[in-house]
Amino acid sequence: MTTITLPKCAIETLVKICAKHDNQPGELINILHEAQGTLGYLPREVQEVIARQLRVPVSRVYGVVTFYSFFTMTPKGKHPISVCMGTACYVRGAETILDEFKRRLEINAGGVTPDGQFSLDSLRCVGACGLAPVVLVGEKVYGRVTHAEVEKIITEHAEKSS
Amino acid sequence: MSYKMHALVCGGTGCRASNSQDIIAKLQEALEKKKLAGEVQVIATGCFGFCEQGPIVKIMPDNTFYTRVKPDDAEEIIAEHIIKGRKVERLLYKDPERKESVSDSKHMSFYRKQLRVALRNCGFIDPENIEEYIGRDGYAALAKCLGEMTPREVIDEIKLSGLRGRGGGGFPTGLKWEFAGKYQADQKYVVCNADEGDPGAFMDRSIMEGDPHSVIEAMAICGYSIGASKGLVYIRAEYPLAIQRLKIAIQQANEYGLLGERILDSDFNFSIELRYGAGAFVCGEETALIHSMEGARGEPTMKPPFPAESGYLNRPTNVNNVETFANIPVIIMKGANWFNKIGTERSKGTKVFALAGKINNVGLIEVPMGATLREVIYEIGGGIKNGKKFKAVQTGGPSGGCLTEKHLDIPIDFDNLLASGSMMGSGGMIVMDEDDCMVSVAKFYLDFTVEESCGKCTPCRVGNKRLYEILDKITRGNGELSDIDHLRNLGKVIKDTALCGLGQTSPNPVLSTLDNFLDEYLAHVKERKCPAGRCKELLSYVIDPVLCIGCTLCTRTCPTNAISGTRKEPHVIDAEKCIKCGTCINKCKLKAISVQ
Repeated sequence: MTTITLPKCAIETLVKICAKHDNQPGELINILHEAQGTLGYLPREVQEVIARQLRVPVSRVYGVVTFYSFFTMTPKGKHPISVCMGTACYVRGAETILDEFKRRLEINAGGVTPDGQFSLDSLRCVGACGLAPVVLVGEKVYGRVTHAEVEKIITEHAEKSS
Repeated sequence: MSYKMHALVCGGTGCRASNSQDIIAKLQEALEKKKLAGEVQVIATGCFGFCEQGPIVKIMPDNTFYTRVKPDDAEEIIAEHIIKGRKVERLLYKDPERKESVSDSKHMSFYRKQLRVALRNCGFIDPENIEEYIGRDGYAALAKCLGEMTPREVIDEIKLSGLRGRGGGGFPTGLKWEFAGKYQADQKYVVCNADEGDPGAFMDRSIMEGDPHSVIEAMAICGYSIGASKGLVYIRAEYPLAIQRLKIAIQQANEYGLLGERILDSDFNFSIELRYGAGAFVCGEETALIHSMEGARGEPTMKPPFPAESGYLNRPTNVNNVETFANIPVIIMKGANWFNKIGTERSKGTKVFALAGKINNVGLIEVPMGATLREVIYEIGGGIKNGKKFKAVQTGGPSGGCLTEKHLDIPIDFDNLLASGSMMGSGGMIVMDEDDCMVSVAKFYLDFTVEESCGKCTPCRVGNKRLYEILDKITRGNGELSDIDHLRNLGKVIKDTALCGLGQTSPNPVLSTLDNFLDEYLAHVKERKCPAGRCKELLSYVIDPVLCIGCTLCTRTCPTNAISGTRKEPHVIDAEKCIKCGTCINKCKLKAISVQ
């Protein structure tokens, strides 16, 4: 195992989360949920700390992290944008909305802008199909999004940070 | 305190996304200003179902149904309706056919053909208040089971009702309970599968958000009948509101002694915990779900052993889906012989569908089994959006198929949908119109399956990827005739050889579109054309110089400045710059722009 260079407080948090679940390997998914909720993402070192606490191989933790789409090993942008690609949104033109975000932000789905402001993802159905196509920026939901509104959504959030 | 009137505001995810929480706040504010806070109670309910018209506010007792309400309308609703007794006409639902306002939901074509069994409480009660559930006979079924029925009698009642699993498989629920009941163990488990992964389906979420206690009560009944004292709800982490409401409901049930030890003074103990999913479609498969609850990768395993014999932590486990559970308390209260009168010969009861796509009335509906697709799409759904032509309806999600015009009059039930090349699935129903390319739709579903395949078995991991690649090649205009045979053969092999339900059904979208829309595949392959105008590589946008008057509207809306021309002169599109987004077509009032 490589040396861990995470800040001490982050390690302590992880140890506490694991202890709360009695360091039980069966609780791995719940532990990862809490770790990602606190730290934002699950880089290699976080997985190593968790593996050590639960006394399981890192490969087991890595296997679980990469299996589930909810877990991410890269940090999100300050304004994480998710375009719903559920079927209802898809047939109402979500693909062109996603393409427009890609074009305007110059990143692909899964990417983060170089300044760390925006990250772009597609997700599968938030269940607000009556508002299709749906875009989420953080917790905020935009419904019936049109091609032309993409720019507006980006500017709205870019201004918020400046 | 008793209130004279109630304002029910939809607090489902869809309406909350359109600010229904602000509406609640504004209504309360207006009531306080008028000193009516003690007379009128504002309640956040679960989903009303008519999502297209959301956010919805319903005033009781006169059943007035306000649609697309904005927070700023709150004051007017209070001042006009509550105080003066005059309905706010502009917020009433307008019947598109009769062109008149309808104020009572009973008279809306969207609701008229529906029969609400699983959704009986959604939109009527405050899901965060157990007393409202109890007020509508909640937990009476549990009391009846514990007080008057033996576990065997409960199982027999469910068997007699003919209820089949609503999660997709359609396996008889009573039989499943009987199996789990037969095995002896120190601990057994009842699991509620709330990992609703179908893109475009939100039935289970709406039940958990709108009526969480019905699921809890049913799980306890199941626990009593099979001899389990522990229940687990496996729920998607992407459903924060449903999680919150379930947590509140479990806590309240514990406080009221409806969960916990010696429930209702019987010897029966039952507790419920939540387990979170993390975004994996395959976890809807019960063995995969159980592995995921154990903290491992959600990969399915061979059956037998069935979970009824060896499931969670190798103990006997009964897994049912949310909607299945929501039917249980009603069956116990009204009797199996009431339930089995509804529906068709082999599919009893009702089914909840999430109706979405190119349809006028997007929403959550519940109809008796045996209703036809025509009734659902045209009467309840209000027909196709923007007067376009119906092309297909996709049922069963990524595992289902596309049905066409010729299937519209088939009574919907488990067996008929299967025989038509699709399946019931969990109840997603996506309507498509003439602008949807069926090859692209098949590709869309395969893209989903490829991403969601767990990778354990080769047919699913490699086979679906190859199917996707062939479809991609066709939509790019590079397809050959032999590709169509490859799709068919490979699809059949995957169906026959994949390990679990995901792989065995994943080629369905391809096979059903090949059966029903072969001409579209042929147009892509032979003529290199996409008849629906969706496949970008096969399209070019052109302006008709005769029709164009040079109004410059398109130049101003084009995001890439691909359109040029002088004012009042015909414009041209630069094919190099054009990203084929379609914005100009929608803007042009003279229909001078077309896709070729």
